[in-house]
Amino acid sequence: MRKMNISKLFMFVAILLAAPLLVSAQQGESHIGNLSGNAGAGKQLYYRYCWGCHGFRGDGNGENAQYLNILPRNFVAATFKCRSTPTGTLPTDQDLYNSLVRGFNNSNMPSWITLTDQNRADLVAFIKTFSPRWKTDKAGDVIPVPAEAPLTVQSIKHGQELFQKLECWKCHGPEGRGDGPSASTLTDSNDQPIRPYNFAAGSRFKCGSTNHDLYKIFMTGLDGTPMPSFADVIKPEDAWDLVHYLRTLQVTHKSPELALWLTTKEGQEIVSAQKIYGTPTGSGIKQ
Amino acid sequence: MTVKHVFLAAFATFVAVSVTTAGPGSGTISGKITYEGTPAKPKSIDMSKEPSCAKQHPTPITTETVVTGPGNSLANVVVYISAGAPDEPPPSTSANFDQKGCQYLPHVLAFQVGQELKISNDDQTSHNIHPLAKINREWNKSQPPGTPPIIDKYDKAEMIPVKCNIHPWMHGTFAVLKNSHYSVSSDDGSFKLPNLPPGKYTVTAYQESYGEMTQDVVIAGGETKTISFVFKAKPY
Repeated sequence: MRKMNISKLFMFVAILLAAPLLVSAQQGESHIGNLSGNAGAGKQLYYRYCWGCHGFRGDGNGENAQYLNILPRNFVAATFKCRSTPTGTLPTDQDLYNSLVRGFNNSNMPSWITLTDQNRADLVAFIKTFSPRWKTDKAGDVIPVPAEAPLTVQSIKHGQELFQKLECWKCHGPEGRGDGPSASTLTDSNDQPIRPYNFAAGSRFKCGSTNHDLYKIFMTGLDGTPMPSFADVIKPEDAWDLVHYLRTLQVTHKSPELALWLTTKEGQEIVSAQKIYGTPTGSGIKQ
Repeated sequence: MTVKHVFLAAFATFVAVSVTTAGPGSGTISGKITYEGTPAKPKSIDMSKEPSCAKQHPTPITTETVVTGPGNSLANVVVYISAGAPDEPPPSTSANFDQKGCQYLPHVLAFQVGQELKISNDDQTSHNIHPLAKINREWNKSQPPGTPPIIDKYDKAEMIPVKCNIHPWMHGTFAVLKNSHYSVSSDDGSFKLPNLPPGKYTVTAYQESYGEMTQDVVIAGGETKTISFVFKAKPY
C-alpha cells in the first residue's frame, strides 16, 4: 500500500516535471508533411547560416542588412509575403519551408537546397520562436487552388480583360513592365521604396515560378507590400484566365501561353509592339 | 405599515433616484483642441492620374494630415479615455469607412475593439485598402468598383495608418479603442465625452502627425469638466 503511494507520487511528480517540456516542445516545432522540425536544432543552424542578415534577434537587422537594398525579413513582425493563406494571417510551416527551398528572386536570399530537408524543417521551427504571434494565432486556412483550367486563346483574352478591369496595370504597367502610373510612388510597410514586378524581365516570380505559384500570389497578396489580395474579388474560374494572360507578358520566357498567344494575330501584334530587348523566344519577336 | 417604514421606503426611493442620476452617464468632459506655432500648409492633391476621381473635385482637394480651423483649432484629433474606464463590449452598429472621389470619408475613423468595420468603394476605380497595423494583423485587399463592402474587425486597441497604394495621396487613420468614451474633434476643434460615471480618468488626444498628449481628469458627479489640449505644430 505504502509502496503504491510512493510510486503514484513519483508518477505525479514526473508528469509535473514533464508538462512544461511538452508545452515548449509544441511551441518549438514545425510540421512539413512527414517531417517534424525542432527549434533547438534550428537555433544552431540559424546562428550559423541566417543571422548575418536576419540578425541576432531575428529582426532583419543583421550586420549585412545595411548593404542590402531589399531588406532581410523581420521575423519579429511575422509578416510574410509568400503564403498559401489569406492576407493578414500567418503562413503555414510548408510555406516557410518552400521559401527556404526556393530563395527569393531578385533579392539576396538564396535557395537553401544545400541543407537537408530536416535542417530546413528545424529552421522553420526556430524562425517561429521570434514572434509571439505563433503562440496566439494559428496559420490561416489555405486558399484552395482548383485544377488548372485548359489553356485556350479565349482564356488568355479573358485574362487580358481582367488585367484591365482589376487595374493591375496601375502598378505593373499596361505591358506588365512594372512601369504603371503608381509604380514610382510605391513603398512597403517599412516605408522602403519597392518596385512592382516586371513581367518582361524573366520567368520567375517572388514566390515561385509555376502557374500554381502565380495563382497564389495574386489571391493571397504579398503581405507587407503594396500588392493586395484579390481572393474576395476574383472567382477561382477567372483566376486561371488571369494566370494564362500574365504568362504572355513574360515575353522573354518560353511558355505554352506565349506560344499560343503568338499563334493569334492579336497576340503577335501586342507582343511585337512591346519592342522587346534581349533574347527573343517567340517567333513573332524581332530584336 | 408604520410611519418609520414609510420614511424608510421614501429614503430608499430617494437613494435609488440619486444613484441613477449621479450614477452611470452623469459626468462629461468637453473641450477644445488647438495648436500653437505654424502648421504645415495643406497641399493641393493632383488627381490627374485618376480622371474619374479628379472630375469629382472641381476645385482640387488638399491633404488632410493636419486640418485646422479658425482660432488655431485642430480637427480630426481622436480624444478618448485611455485609463480609468473599463473595457466595453463593442456596439452592434458598424463603423463605416467610405472611399469616394479618391478620398477617405472620414479621414479619421474611431471605433471599438471587436466592432464591425465596413469599408465601401463608391468610386469608378479600384482601390486597395492597406491598414498598416503593427499590433493587430496587417492585411491588404483589392476592392474594385461595384464589389461588396469589406467587413472586418480588430482584436486589439491600436492607432492604425491606412493607405491606398494605388493612389498615394489617400491615407487615413483607424483609431481602434477599448471603450465607447471617445470623440473625434470637429472642424472647430471641439470634442465631448459624455456619460462618464464618477472616477479618475486619463484623457488622451491623438493627432496623426503630432502624436499624443494626455491629461488626468477627476469626475465627481453630474458635472462637466472643460479641458483643452494644445499641440505644438510642425511647419513641415
